Amino acid sequence: MELYELTIHELHEKLKKREVSSVEATKSLLARIDAVEEKVKAFITVTPEEALKNAEAADKRIAAGEMDLLTGIPIALKDIFLTEGILTTCASRILSNFIPPYDATAAARLKERGMVLLGKLNQDEFAMGSSTETSWFGKTRNPWNLECIPGGSSGGSAAAVAAQQAVATLGTDTGGSIRQPAAHCGCVGLKPTYGRVSRYGVIAFASSLDQVGPITRDVTDCAIMLGAVAGHDPKDSTSVDTPVPDYLKALTGEVRGLRIGLPREYFIEGLDPDVKKAMDDAIATFRGLGAGFVEMSLPHTEHAIAVYYLIATAEASSNLARYDGVRFGYRNPDARGLLDMYMVSRDEGFGAEVKRRIMLGTYALSSGYYDAYYLKAQKVRTLITRDFIDAFESVDLILTPVAPTPAFRIGEKENDPLQMYLSDIFTIPVNLAGTCGVSVPAGFNGDGLPIGLQLIGRPFGEETVLRAAHAFEQATEWHKRKAAI
Amino acid sequence: MKITREQVEHVARLARLELSDAEKELFTGQLDGILAYVDKLNELDTSGIVPTAHAVPMENAFREDVVTASLGVERALANAPDRSESFFRVPKVIE
Repeated sequence: MELYELTIHELHEKLKKREVSSVEATKSLLARIDAVEEKVKAFITVTPEEALKNAEAADKRIAAGEMDLLTGIPIALKDIFLTEGILTTCASRILSNFIPPYDATAAARLKERGMVLLGKLNQDEFAMGSSTETSWFGKTRNPWNLECIPGGSSGGSAAAVAAQQAVATLGTDTGGSIRQPAAHCGCVGLKPTYGRVSRYGVIAFASSLDQVGPITRDVTDCAIMLGAVAGHDPKDSTSVDTPVPDYLKALTGEVRGLRIGLPREYFIEGLDPDVKKAMDDAIATFRGLGAGFVEMSLPHTEHAIAVYYLIATAEASSNLARYDGVRFGYRNPDARGLLDMYMVSRDEGFGAEVKRRIMLGTYALSSGYYDAYYLKAQKVRTLITRDFIDAFESVDLILTPVAPTPAFRIGEKENDPLQMYLSDIFTIPVNLAGTCGVSVPAGFNGDGLPIGLQLIGRPFGEETVLRAAHAFEQATEWHKRKAAI
Repeated sequence: MKITREQVEHVARLARLELSDAEKELFTGQLDGILAYVDKLNELDTSGIVPTAHAVPMENAFREDVVTASLGVERALANAPDRSESFFRVPKVIE
C-alpha cells in the first residue's frame, strides 16, 4: 500500500509510531499529484515547497512529542480559502493575480495543528455552479470517469480526495457544493450547521447560506477535520459560541432506536433507478442495524430552488460589488475613466455564470421588484425552515439521496442554467434551513459512477449525523472502492 | 416576457457590467426563463409570514473596542493594480 492511499487516522498512526515521516508521506502525495493531475485537473495551484517546509516542521513537532491528529497530514484547500502569501483565485479571472495578506480562520486552525498544505483546489467560479465547469482555470474531471463532471462547486476538493491527491480537503457549501461533489466522487462530505465553522477569510458568495466543511475518504476523517475547524471566531460574528463536542467520541457504531425520516418529496417518480436502489439498500442496512423509519413530508421542497436562486443571487450581487479593479484583482489597463474601468474590468473579469447571477440578484433587489422577488423568497424560506423544525419533532435524522442522478457528462448541462440549477434540489433545502447534512458513499451505478446518501440532522446535530454515517459506513464496503486512475 | 432587453441593460448598468450585445441577448432569454420558473413562489400564500434573513436567529454581536494590530499600508497596497505613494490610484473621475 502506498502512503498516498491512507486516511488521516491511518497515516496518523504511522506517524505516531515513527514508521514514516511527514516528509515521506508528503513526497508520496506530491508524486501522486504529478502522476495523475494531468488527467484530473483538481488543482489551481500546487505548493510543493510550502508542503515540504510544513512537513519538516511537522516532523520536528512529532519528534518533540507535540503531536495532534492532523500534524504532518497532507491536505489541500478549495481556492476560496485565503492563504497568506499563496495565490487565491476563487477560480476567477478577476482574482487571478491575488496574493492574500492573511489566512482564513479555517486554514489558520489547520496550520496551527500542523497540517501540510499541498495546494489550492479548483472549483466553480466564486462557487457558482454544480459541475466545476465555470472555472477560469479549466474543468476538473471525475476520477471515476474522466468524461464526467466531478460535481461542484467544490469539484476539485472531491476529485483530489477520490484520486488520492490529498488525504483530505476543505470545501464550502452554499446549496450543496460539498455534499454533491462528494457524492459524485465517492467521498464523505459534510456541510455543518450555519455558524458552526468560521467563514473569516472565505471568499463570500451568499452570506446567509455559505458554510465551510470537510471532504474526506471516510467518516472518521470527517469527524477529525470538523473538530479541527469548528468553533467560535471573534472575526466572524455569524460563528456561534457553543462548545465543540469531541466528534470522534460520537462514532459509537450504535444506531438502535434512531428514528429516521423519509421525506416523500425526495423519493419522487423519475428518480434515477440506480439512485433509488441505493437508497432502498441503505434503508435495509439501517433497519438491520436497528434504526427505525418514518414516512414524512417536507411540503415546501418544490419551492426551494426558486427561493435559493433569488436569495443566493441577491446576496452574491452585493458581495461581488467589491471586485471593482481598485484595490486588488484584475483591472482593464485601457479604461477611459473610473466608471468605464469598473464596467470593463468586471465584464472581462467575471465569467458568464457569475455575470448571470449578479444580473438576476441585482434585478431581484432593484426598485419595484424587491417585494415580489427577494422578500417573497425570504418568506418562503421561513416556510421551508419550519418544515424541518416540524419534521425534527418526530424524527432524529432525515435520509435522502444527495443528487437525483450520478455525475452527468461534461458539457451536458453547460448551456442550460435552469437544468443545472434543478440538479441541486435535494441539497439546497438544508442550506436554506441552516442545518447540517452529510454525504456518504452508498453504491455505484452500472457504469461504475458513485452514488451518495444524504443524512440531514438538527441544527448543531453533527454528532448524530456522523454517528449514523459512521455506522452505515462500517456496515458497507462502498468507501473502500477506489477510482482506477 | 418577464424581462425585456431594455431592463437587462438597466440592470447591467446598476451592476456595473459592460455587457456585449451577445451577452445582453443571451441573458435576456435566460433570465426570462429563470424568472418564469421562480414565479411558482406565487402559488404560496405568505401573508403574515415573517421573512428569514438569517438561518440562525442572531442579534448584534458586540465586543470591546480595543486596539489590535492592523494590516499596515504596504501589505494593504500589495495587490493594488496601481498606486501612488500610500494611495490606490484610479483613472480620472471627472472628464
